Amino acid sequence: MSIDTVSDATSSPKTAQPFAELGLKKDEYESIREILGRRPTSSELAMYSVMWSEHCSYKSSKVHLRQFGTKVPKNDSMLVGIGENAGVVDIGQGWAVTFKVESHNHPSYVEPYQGAATGIGGIVRDIISMGARPVAVMDPLRFGDPENPDTRRVLTGIVSGIGGYGNCLGLPNIGGEIVFDASYQGNPLVNALCVGTMKHEDIHLAKASGVGNAVILYGARTGGDGIGGVSVLASETFDADGPAKRPSVQVGDPFMEKLLIECTLEVLHAGLVEGIQDLGGAGISCATSELASNGEGGMHVWLDRVLLRDSTLSPEEILMSESQERMCAVVEPGKIDAFMAVCKKWDVEAVVIGEVNNSGRLTVEWHGQEIVNVPPRSVAHDGPVYERPYARPDWMDVRQSSGPDNLVRPKSAAEVKQTWLTMTGTPNLASKSWVTSQYDRYVMGNTVLAQPEDSGMIRVDEKTGLGIAVSTDCNARFAALDPYKGAQLALAESYRNVAVTGAKPLAVTNCLNFGSPEDSAVMWQFEQAVTGLADACLEMGTPVTGGNVSFYNQTGEVAIHPTPVIGVLGVIQDVDRRTPMAWQRDGEIVYVLGATRDELAGSEWAHAIHDHLGGLPPVLDLNAEMTLAEILVAGSRDGLFTAAHDVSEGGIAQSLAEMAMRSGVGARLEVPAGIDAFTFLWSESATRAVVVVSQDCYEKFVALCDAKKFPVTKIGVVDALSKSIELAGVFGESISLDIEELRTISEETLPRLFG
Amino acid sequence: MTPRVGVITFPGSLDDKDAARAVRLAGGESVSLWHADADLHSVDAVVLPGGFSYGDYLRCGAIAKFAPVMGKLVDAANGGLPVLGICNGFQVLTESHLLPGALTRNDHLHFICRDQKLRIENNSSMWTSDFEVGQEILIPLKNGEGGYVADEVTLDELEGEGRVIARYLELNPNGSRRDIAGITNERGNVVGIMPHPEHAVEKLTGPTTDGLGFFTSLLSSLVNNGKISA
Repeated sequence: MSIDTVSDATSSPKTAQPFAELGLKKDEYESIREILGRRPTSSELAMYSVMWSEHCSYKSSKVHLRQFGTKVPKNDSMLVGIGENAGVVDIGQGWAVTFKVESHNHPSYVEPYQGAATGIGGIVRDIISMGARPVAVMDPLRFGDPENPDTRRVLTGIVSGIGGYGNCLGLPNIGGEIVFDASYQGNPLVNALCVGTMKHEDIHLAKASGVGNAVILYGARTGGDGIGGVSVLASETFDADGPAKRPSVQVGDPFMEKLLIECTLEVLHAGLVEGIQDLGGAGISCATSELASNGEGGMHVWLDRVLLRDSTLSPEEILMSESQERMCAVVEPGKIDAFMAVCKKWDVEAVVIGEVNNSGRLTVEWHGQEIVNVPPRSVAHDGPVYERPYARPDWMDVRQSSGPDNLVRPKSAAEVKQTWLTMTGTPNLASKSWVTSQYDRYVMGNTVLAQPEDSGMIRVDEKTGLGIAVSTDCNARFAALDPYKGAQLALAESYRNVAVTGAKPLAVTNCLNFGSPEDSAVMWQFEQAVTGLADACLEMGTPVTGGNVSFYNQTGEVAIHPTPVIGVLGVIQDVDRRTPMAWQRDGEIVYVLGATRDELAGSEWAHAIHDHLGGLPPVLDLNAEMTLAEILVAGSRDGLFTAAHDVSEGGIAQSLAEMAMRSGVGARLEVPAGIDAFTFLWSESATRAVVVVSQDCYEKFVALCDAKKFPVTKIGVVDALSKSIELAGVFGESISLDIEELRTISEETLPRLFG
Repeated sequence: MTPRVGVITFPGSLDDKDAARAVRLAGGESVSLWHADADLHSVDAVVLPGGFSYGDYLRCGAIAKFAPVMGKLVDAANGGLPVLGICNGFQVLTESHLLPGALTRNDHLHFICRDQKLRIENNSSMWTSDFEVGQEILIPLKNGEGGYVADEVTLDELEGEGRVIARYLELNPNGSRRDIAGITNERGNVVGIMPHPEHAVEKLTGPTTDGLGFFTSLLSSLVNNGKISA
């Protein structure tokens, strides 16, 4: 094979290069020539093309994401902020937590099993490269119309991939979301969240410091998988008639990843590593250029030393390969032997591929010939930045003015009961246990709460009971109606879900899934959502610690609903004090916290019953949301609650049904005065929760709400002898819902569709 | 003297720390054993934990059978050392021929994680002596290849000799023949079970604490056999 060397590039400036095929625009190519003062070699072109792709460079989103850095709330718990592999938060007692959510949307549509599997693999490596032990994963998923046959292909593949990879890795899967909406038909969303814990002193960063230190590549061998995956898959809108893109998807090996976790934590804890970086999108190109530009500024790489799965790979392919389960470490020369010994113990292959220097250049040689000589910062950080045009589209007026007021509502007790039964079985509200029972939630033995509870909760310290809770949420219909408010509502819901289990919300991560940034309407949605989120995080005191942007979730002209998935991390001092969602004993009092208004726009009822999307999303008062959280956390800490559950999709009806199904016993309830049964049951007003309080705590609880001036309404009592929800005040009558009937309806939907 | 219970870690073992925690909560001392170290370090009993040893490549448990530590373990088990194989550990025990039969892909072809009701059928093994025969327990189950199979003669023999130690109740989660969840060898020192007792040892994290019985049984058996002074 002919090698394009740096001297070739200097001597043949006019050679035509396939920059467009690699996803680079003409002006981007020109600026590479300007940086180098010559044409790039083919290897350099490969590196720039992957590193300057939307996925790696955030070139369209950067100008807006800066808000997360400027609107930073005063918060003492941030140890490592945005920009590293994942942010790190102090949770006290010397413990720190790192968490992050990332998208693997496009690969998962092309090859659902491997796409979803490697999505988990990637986010887990981000967490271990901070020095943390991964302790849990969660998967926020979005699919198209559940009745569409392709949804079955995509969903079953993705669920198998998450299970197949995650279960073998030994990380409990403690939550996430499964949402169906036709807007995701050609663009399912597979987001993966991982959370890890460590002691403060174990935090590690991705930088190559120390001249003379060795750069070691370890883990799986490099193969031809995923070549061009970043630029070809993640940064180009799917073309309905385009060529098959299967070869670009990476293939995962969870067993190797498990060894990599143990091996990496062992070398880190033994003090053998100066800097560390995982290999994900853009593979060796990304790892070497980021390590070099974050450290002393120079690095030399012997690319022919890389261990290969396929000996015919060209240097360009090796630089771009996205083979999974690889890591890169910077190690002092005197510690190389010890590092290699740990790798050998775990049967992990490792090889020194480079050396840190202070040349200010990243140089790569291939069998003695120089094929790359670039300033590493220009590859890793100084990519193009676009000020994409954005404008509120005219159709927003129509969308926001066509509210749900004219939709036919149930008007009798019989109609309310029928609506309740129907809603319980809609794909979005139905039990997800058919999916979640394919994931291991028990492994590691620290899972305190897992789905269907409001947040996943993990015990961090067995001695003290210190724990964390994580939730991810987004009602994308709200974001479609108003992206600014929609992002804030997503944050509020996630914040509430953490608080409802008794944990204090601390920090935020996000996965911003949008259509094409080249569409000014999509770019406006993005700008609005980021601004809304940054503003709300500032006000609520929860900093954004990191996140991910996924653009081009669009088929032809049709973009997905803007879907800013928000993850919130909370801390709980003693997991024994957590609040579960199931009510338990006879006579416990059931309250609704918060005010219910007539807010049905973007609701599950409007969507499921009327296929309607229009109007304005529910109003949101961030201060009220914080007060609600204070009540929920204080009530949990002081033992006031026997149960609590968030009110969101499907309204109070859904919350009550879920609490009853989880518990198996019924309740005698009444629609409060001043509101009709329909609005009470299915409105999706924000900032509400159902809480259950024992007879001897209710005075204290009501006093707490009064002191905080927060609205609270008693709606009834738990009835341990009953196996049904009895609701009075339904258009002058009472209705009775049998819990077993609800359960049957709730549990048969997903197996019917996908089993 | 506190009984020392070894927990073997193979590459890909996942529930090893959980098994060690269960040993400790039952009152024993857990000792980490490494697959490549052909030494049982004088432990009084061994747990083969759940997980995906060697990635489940070739066949679940098939490669683990050849680990250096396994040669020692097979000899010791044949000599009466108490051994409990949980999930993947059960698969390793059948592959090593310490227990008959095999574990195959779940009949519904999905991995399944659920709280599983079991009935204890035999309380004369070293790992089930603290239970009552007929006692119903609830512990987590999580496997992709947990369908217990054996030929009819072997199944009849297991039944006839009372070597089925636990059976699935209400729902057979994986297509196991005769609802078998766990079995023992003739001597009663080697037990394999597909569900996970080590995940039902604390009220906080498990559906019950029913699983603790397997580990307290071991400690009682060791005392009764005079291996350990009470």
